[in-house]
Amino acid sequence: MPPVSTERDLRLDLFRGLALWLIFLDHIPSNAVSWITIRNYGFSDATEIFVFISGYTAAFVYGRAMREHGFIVSSARVLKRAWQIYVAHVFLFAIYLAEIAYVAQSFDNPLYTEEMGVLNFLRNPDVTILQALLLKFKPVNMDVLPLYIVLLAGFSPILWLLMRRPSLGLLASAVLYALMWKFNWNIAAYPKGVWVFNPFAWQLLFVLGAWCALGGAQRLSRWINSPVTLALALAYLVFAFSIAMTWYFPWLAVYVPHFVSDTIYPIDKTNLDVLRILHFFSLAVVAVWFVPRSWSGLKSRVFWPMIVCGQHSLETFCLGVFLSFAGHFIFTEVSNRIFMQVIVSALGIAIMVAVAWLISWYKSMERKGPGSRPPVAKPGFAGGGA
Amino acid sequence: MRRLGTLGLASVALFAAIFPVWAEDPQECRVAENIIGTDFPLPHVVKALANKTFDVLVVGAGSSILPGANGARDAYPARLQIALQGKLPGIAVKLATDVKLRRTAAEMVETMPAALAANKPALVVWQTGTVDAMLGIDPDDFSAALNKGVDLAHHAGADIILVNSQYSPRTDSMIALSGYIEDMRWVALQQEIPLLDRFAIMKLWTELGTFDFHAATNKLDIARRVHDCIGRLLADLVVETTRPAKPLPALDER
Repeated sequence: MPPVSTERDLRLDLFRGLALWLIFLDHIPSNAVSWITIRNYGFSDATEIFVFISGYTAAFVYGRAMREHGFIVSSARVLKRAWQIYVAHVFLFAIYLAEIAYVAQSFDNPLYTEEMGVLNFLRNPDVTILQALLLKFKPVNMDVLPLYIVLLAGFSPILWLLMRRPSLGLLASAVLYALMWKFNWNIAAYPKGVWVFNPFAWQLLFVLGAWCALGGAQRLSRWINSPVTLALALAYLVFAFSIAMTWYFPWLAVYVPHFVSDTIYPIDKTNLDVLRILHFFSLAVVAVWFVPRSWSGLKSRVFWPMIVCGQHSLETFCLGVFLSFAGHFIFTEVSNRIFMQVIVSALGIAIMVAVAWLISWYKSMERKGPGSRPPVAKPGFAGGGA
Repeated sequence: MRRLGTLGLASVALFAAIFPVWAEDPQECRVAENIIGTDFPLPHVVKALANKTFDVLVVGAGSSILPGANGARDAYPARLQIALQGKLPGIAVKLATDVKLRRTAAEMVETMPAALAANKPALVVWQTGTVDAMLGIDPDDFSAALNKGVDLAHHAGADIILVNSQYSPRTDSMIALSGYIEDMRWVALQQEIPLLDRFAIMKLWTELGTFDFHAATNKLDIARRVHDCIGRLLADLVVETTRPAKPLPALDER
């Protein structure tokens, strides 16, 4: 088994915290503040960062458990984590139902006869709720947790393989990704269609994160730290940025040669398009170049709010989804002026930070308290950890 | 989603100055120039206009309809016909509809050959996307249906304009429109056909305060005005696109 550094890399928490903030901003529909998020300036978005880092931390935490306590114990822990995420998903679904039921009662506009049909599922809650419990009915913006549940449920065998034959494990994941493209594999959703985040596709990023955590990053470091790679990454980011600009300024589209647009479109999020993976890699290379592990900023107060959110990612993620519902509710019921959108966005992030801090405090109290267990590396979301 | 209100206001003024056709519309209908692209030609419409008869077929789902006794008269297809007739004097504009609630793109493609054969239009206006988004239809299937519909229209000797979903703030968090709107944009770009970006137009109206789409009202007044504007904007798109490349000033202006 390859030696793995045991000290936690704070950059993981930093960037995962950042991803959580961006996901929150993106999840509020029609939020002007979401202009600042990375999805507007390239192919990938915060989801890639989040899935990759979650794979990384899952391998970090459960890999150690597997080494120290064996396959059975670590698998049990992974499944327990998957169960916690399932419970969190059902909890969020209950809140979502409450919002929908309210809108259904209070909203009536002849302009939107068609759109109001989306509330029809309230007429047969028996089927809908059952399908939601089966993870088949997934309301808008509630796709990430089911993806995680599935990724974690299948994680133990691949972790076992990655710890023995890392290259083989990664290859298996890439083959699954390729087969998914070849045979159009995905999980069916209710009432129609397929999962928005195809687990057969997104597992690649999760496994890649795990592979990096188990020594892959060290093996790659010579490549990652080369100026040539950095230049390529920057060039690709500029390319993606230029393409993204044509989405907002259609008159720029005439400058995109036909063969380029024919090749790149459509950029498939459901099946994790290769262009998106490359964009994420480029971002990662640039981030690693400019934020070294020993960077003093990681210990400074300025970045602490982001780091603390990244350290309690399941709680912060769920809170973010809830806050995005609440934010949308405020936009529709109170005001959606730009000023209000800025306030709601800032307040939402402040609440996320405050709650993450509270959880940290709570955990430290639990550790100090009389008769408490010795500190255990508790996995965070998908195996993060404080 | 992506456009700032102030920018929009400036564009509206600029736009009205550049495109005199638009300036005839009620001010509330005018929208930013970059939302209505006239980059792709409508050759079949040009031919029809030369022959002085212009048949239009509107294919759509629930957001091409208004409820009530006068619904058909107030909805945008009928408004489009009136606007076209006003802008195209001397040309017989006929308009047929194939419009029903809750239809996906694939379902509309099924009835399209019959409607095309019955009406022999020079132009098809195809409103779709909302129901597909509500049902979460596989984006690949949606794109395939779009391409099939566009090909059907082309084979039947008609041009086609796509119309995407309405902006609906109340159901924003319940219907994931963005992927479907983007699919429509790519299909329009690849097939080189115009697209009326109704979503962006309505979004801009909200930002400019033109219409309040948050209001919970069962009155028809806003819905009627919105449909009227959409009809006019569609007519403007057709007229601007089919106008000769470099129009000489009219005789009476010389």
